[in-house]
This record gives sequence, C-alpha cells and structure tokens, in this order.
Amino acid sequence: MITHTHRPLRLVLYEGEGAITLSAEARAKVMAALLDKGYAVTRATANGTAAMPHDDRSLLVLGLFPDQKAPVLVDSTGKVNIEARDITGLDAESVVLLVEKTRGTTPMNQPGVWKPWFPVIDYSRCTNCMQCLSFCLFDVYGVSGDGKIQVQNNDNCKTNCPACSRVCPEVAIMFPKYSAGPINGDVVSEADLGREKMKVDITSLLGGDIYARLRDRSVAAKSRFSKERSPDKALEERKKCLTKMAQDGFIPAEVLAALPSPEEIMRKAEEAKAKAAAALEA
Amino acid sequence: MSTNAKLLYCRCAYAQVVPQAVKDEVLMKLCESVAGFESVADLCEMAAHRDERLKALAANGPLRIAACYPRVVKGLFTQCGAPLSDDAEILNMRAQTADEVTAGMLCDA
Ligand code: SF4
Ligand code: SF4
Repeated sequence: MITHTHRPLRLVLYEGEGAITLSAEARAKVMAALLDKGYAVTRATANGTAAMPHDDRSLLVLGLFPDQKAPVLVDSTGKVNIEARDITGLDAESVVLLVEKTRGTTPMNQPGVWKPWFPVIDYSRCTNCMQCLSFCLFDVYGVSGDGKIQVQNNDNCKTNCPACSRVCPEVAIMFPKYSAGPINGDVVSEADLGREKMKVDITSLLGGDIYARLRDRSVAAKSRFSKERSPDKALEERKKCLTKMAQDGFIPAEVLAALPSPEEIMRKAEEAKAKAAAALEA
Repeated sequence: MSTNAKLLYCRCAYAQVVPQAVKDEVLMKLCESVAGFESVADLCEMAAHRDERLKALAANGPLRIAACYPRVVKGLFTQCGAPLSDDAEILNMRAQTADEVTAGMLCDA
C-alpha cells in the first residue's frame, strides 16, 4: 500500500530567452528555499535541456520577465496547466510565499511531517532467499508475479526500525535515511558480511529449516518439516530476536510495543511461509 | 562518463542525512554554472510514493545525479520500476566533498 501520493508541484526557474538572468546567489537561495519546502525545481537556461519531460498536470514557471510581466503560456497539447509568475524584486522567502499562494489548497507532501523510511533492496546482492519476508511482522515485503522479493507496503514500515536489514544474509537491505553504513547504502565490506547478520538462526523463527528443505524439493523432506515445526519455539525466537535488537538500541522500543498479538504473529508467519514456499517452488 | 548527461540534484529535504554545508555548496556551484538542471526535494520521498517522475527521469537519456550512496540511489529507482541505465553517474554528497561532487557533475560544462 502506497499512501503518500501528493507529489510535489513542479516549478521551473526560467532564465532562457525572453527572461532576465538572476544572480547566482539569488538563484541558489530561491532554489534552496523551494526545495526545502518540498517542491521540484527545474533550472531552465538557454544552455540546458530539461531532464524531466513536462509534468502531466501542472507547471509553474517563475522568472524575471521584461516589464515584470509574466507571459501567458499555453501547452500546445492542452494536457498541462501552465502558469507563470514574475519574481522581480522578491527575496527567497517571498518567492516561496508566492508559490504557496499559487498552489492554493492543492495537497502536497512537505518535509517535516513524515520521514521517508522504508527498506530498499539491492538486487545486485539479493539471492531471493525470502528471509526478510518471513521476518517482517508488518507485511512490508511481498512477492512479485515472477516470484521475486519486493518491497510492497513501504508505508507499513516502522520509522527508524531497520531490523530486517540485520536478518538479510547478503546485506542487501538498505535504509537510505539510516545514519551508518552499510545499511545506509555504503559499500559492503567482508567484515560487514559477518557482522551485520543477526546472530540468530532465522529459520528457527519459523520453527524449522524451511528454506533448506524447500530448496531440497524432496517430498520426504517437506513432510518431515511439517512434523518438526514448533509454533511456540518460533514465537519465542522472534521475540528474543526483536527484544535483543531493542535492547541494543538498534530498533525503537515503540516497535516492540506495536507488535501484533502472538496469534497474529503466528498467522503472519504461516502466510509468509506460504508466500515464500510458493515463490521458491515456482 | 557520458557527455551531455542530464543533471539531477537531490536536496534530501525530508530527513537531511546529507551534510547541509555540502548540499548547499553543491547547489551554489551548480547555480554559478550555466548548466540547466533538475532538482528534487527528496528522491526517497518520491520513491516512497512511486512518483512517475522517476520513470520520466530514468527514461530521458543519461543522468548524472548528486545525491547519496550509489547503491541506494540505484535501488530507489529500481524499486519504482524505473531502473537507471548503466551509464547513469551518481555523485555522493554524504561521502564526497562538495568540490568532488561539483567537479563530477559539471565535468563536461
Ligand atoms: S533477506 Fe536479503 S537476500 Fe533474502 S530475499 Fe530478503 S533482501 Fe533478498
Ligand atoms: S536519495 Fe539519498 S540524498 Fe536523496 S533523499 Fe534519499 S537519502 Fe537523501
């Protein structure tokens, strides 16, 4: 589920033909102020081409125009609503106010309210082992149509909780806003490969060596697995693992408080097991 | 290194893990140049809600990006179904100096 959908209004700081150039300092101040408010800003010069094609809904063009008159702009395709505003004599703060006024009540994500916190998978390292899927109690992970692990419900992720990065045996899970490497995306060293792994037997979280057995596809192995599985042990292991991470200060205490009930955890474990089994058997 | 790469600057405005002085200086240097460029408040925020603009950016020619760790930036685009092409270049404002990032961004200016 992805709920943060109010994407930022795109602005164009126009300094091409027919507009007067800003000083470098004024330009940097205006751009920083708008970016810090959450807007996307294109600097359009006579020399540069825009990297982003036009926005599909609306565009606000800012510039120093002759006689302080913003031109009337119309999109020839009729798909984009383009408005222009003259910013002659305005400081960065006043430009932000003008933009906010022009945006009106159109909703937009803005910094300060919410932190983009979710796992990002480095597929060049991921072996599709599904341990993250089994570990996460908040349904952040899922499996794609072609059997690949995916981050599907990033809004479910608990802010500041990077726990799943610790259970990934390949150090393939990153949290971009985390403070330290390799979880923040820094290069993975050999030492990280040993250190970052949770010192817990993740397979015991599901009460048995499910993954090895699924890879060894013999029917006999599967039936043995179902007999050996112990729900109590699975629950205990999971709690032990999360409690240890909270004690180490690696995950926020709120995450422990937000854990589902034991019954729910077991139900989720069953679901994860089924998803992982289907993906690994495909 | 691709010439005529499109430039993209990420402000990391939502959680500010990029040092303020580095991102300010890089923006200043880009603004001192004659280059046109794109800038976004926060690539992570865009990736979080699968902003279609990431697809547009990835699809529109070689990109040179000033943001953070290359593994993360590539991962964010991939996670949105908009993988960066192999010739995309990523400069890291978390680990490199502003001078290094700017030199990389404006290498063909
Ligand atoms: S635990 Fe790591 S290697 Fe395994 S599927 Fe998840 S991201 Fe990939
Ligand atoms: S991609 Fe990197 S620099 Fe950009 S917002 Fe995310 S963490 Fe910050």
